[in-house]
Amino acid sequence: MSRTSHRHKSQRGAEEPAVVRWLLISIALGFSFVFLLLPLVNVFAQALSRGWACYGNALTQPDSLAAIRLTLLVAAIGVPLNVVFGLAAAWAVAKFEFRGKLLLITLIDLPFSVSPVVAGLMLVVLFGAQGFFGQWLDARDLNIIFGVPGIVLATVFVTFPFVARELIPVMQATGSEQEQAALTLGANGWQTFWHVTLPSVKWGLLYGIILSNARAMGEFGAVSVVSGHITGQTETMPLRVEALYQGATAASTTAAFAVASLLALLALLTLGVKTFLEWKQARAEKLAAGRAHR
Amino acid sequence: MSIELKNVTKQFGEVPAVHNVSFSVREGELMALLGPSGGGKTTVLRMIAGLEMPTAGDVYIRGRRVNDVPVQQRNIGFVFQNYALFKHMSVAKNIAFGLKIKGWKRADAGSRVAELVKLFGLEDLESRYPHQLSGGQRQRVAIARALAPKPSVLLLDEPFGAVDAKIRQELREWLVTLHHDLNVTTIFVTHDQEEAMEVANRIVIFSRGVLEQVGTPREVYDEPANEFVARFIGAMNVLEPVVHGGVARLGELEFPAAGQADGQKLRIGFRPYSVQISSDLTQHRHHAVLRHTFFLGVLLRVELELPSGLAIRARMTKEDYAHQGLEDGREVSFQIRHYRVLAGETAGLPPEIELRHQALPSIGENI
Repeated sequence: MSRTSHRHKSQRGAEEPAVVRWLLISIALGFSFVFLLLPLVNVFAQALSRGWACYGNALTQPDSLAAIRLTLLVAAIGVPLNVVFGLAAAWAVAKFEFRGKLLLITLIDLPFSVSPVVAGLMLVVLFGAQGFFGQWLDARDLNIIFGVPGIVLATVFVTFPFVARELIPVMQATGSEQEQAALTLGANGWQTFWHVTLPSVKWGLLYGIILSNARAMGEFGAVSVVSGHITGQTETMPLRVEALYQGATAASTTAAFAVASLLALLALLTLGVKTFLEWKQARAEKLAAGRAHR
Repeated sequence: MSIELKNVTKQFGEVPAVHNVSFSVREGELMALLGPSGGGKTTVLRMIAGLEMPTAGDVYIRGRRVNDVPVQQRNIGFVFQNYALFKHMSVAKNIAFGLKIKGWKRADAGSRVAELVKLFGLEDLESRYPHQLSGGQRQRVAIARALAPKPSVLLLDEPFGAVDAKIRQELREWLVTLHHDLNVTTIFVTHDQEEAMEVANRIVIFSRGVLEQVGTPREVYDEPANEFVARFIGAMNVLEPVVHGGVARLGELEFPAAGQADGQKLRIGFRPYSVQISSDLTQHRHHAVLRHTFFLGVLLRVELELPSGLAIRARMTKEDYAHQGLEDGREVSFQIRHYRVLAGETAGLPPEIELRHQALPSIGENI
């Protein structure tokens, strides 16, 4: 008896009728097609509806270029900050026992549960002209709200959990024996971190960075509240898409889709890299597990 | 002195893990820290390494007080119980790690790694990763890695704990050979008294954070400092006869107890090899039935049941057993040749008392 027929037979008892199976699969696929794939294709179709020249023009407008530059800048500042915070937080949670550890874990998750608009408002309440630190900042001519610092703060806030969340389980699973071994071999703290800790969490870390970067470049709500929407100065790509779309002329709608297509491309790229990293990490874990079993 | 601990105490919060421990290790010695789990022996090893700080007392390595010297500068090699190999590094890179960190020249490091790879029989495994190695191979890599930077002392935490029984035996012999060849001062932690007896030159015995005895395997076996050591190293029969009229009695057994008050309980301990058995029922005064025989190799363990129901353990050689034609269920006569009066777990032990003036047994004495 062949293996497949054997398997088929053994599963039949618990199996759903074929109709139910096909119905469920059709619903899932149909839903994904209508709500996920179709809009994605539509973004590119709309962006290119007036030809490549128009698409290129829309992206090379000074205001669009400024938006792209600002988005890259914000991600370039926000993501490294989160890598540092994320590593520190994950290290603290995974390797130390201390009072308030549960509180820290809960706080790390806070940005996931708070609406991004509320996050933006909190920053305005803290740093705005009428805000808590408003007078103090004003006296020193520091501009946070309606400026790049505010956008970076908002971005850091909403992307905070990604790196830490990825690293905590990896670090907890690794334990601290390898680090202690490095110490006994003469390595100082920094060498231990660089040669031992970092390589053992690298896939998890990269995964966190990729997700964090995607969110940093795509964030709308929190950034919208603090940015002030000054075209060419405080408009990130998502804000630029909205502004162009509100322009309501056919040309600006196409331009909106052109900028949006870049964000969509980023999303696709992120998905690709994420899948690759998940595969790498699963493989590393499988190897580590195989080691523990032997 | 290679290593010396003076009145070392370690407390984790309120819990004392190690209490006022002092001992020293000579240059080139192979020393075992032995005790039941939770006895504090791993904590002592980690304090020597600098992975734990003593709460009180001093640790010396080659005459230098190292309490304030961080682990990186103590020049020790440490082998963790689960080896803690760097799992993202190949075997060669694992071994080379300490050399790289200590700034060895590339060529020197390369030849040192090659030397160790050869010495440890890892020739075909250099480019493998830890998950591709067997337990025994991983242990060899871990020891090679620890030895690479030429440490002044090698510390091993339960080195045979993570491998199965058959490989354990090979690794024990291998460690003895390795120590003999390299002559580096070595301290290892174990909870297995047989392992400590077989491998170590000298043994430090701990229980509940207290040092019970330091000595060679023969010393701790023949002259245990207290009842704990006597019972932990090798087996011991312990009886509690009651004194009446200058004689302590339990069932058929009698022990002289001149000067002891009536009704008092005496604690009597004797090794299984002190029990002499004969199939000739007229040979010895006491009679018993041979209940069970356990074959352990050259030596056998037999359990005797006295008419009163009392059970005692004895040891005899295979030849003696066969020569006398013994088997389970046979009635035998026996005598106890030496015993000790015990005075509690940690109290000192008085010397052995001979019950009869006869020649010492010629059977293997170390077990």
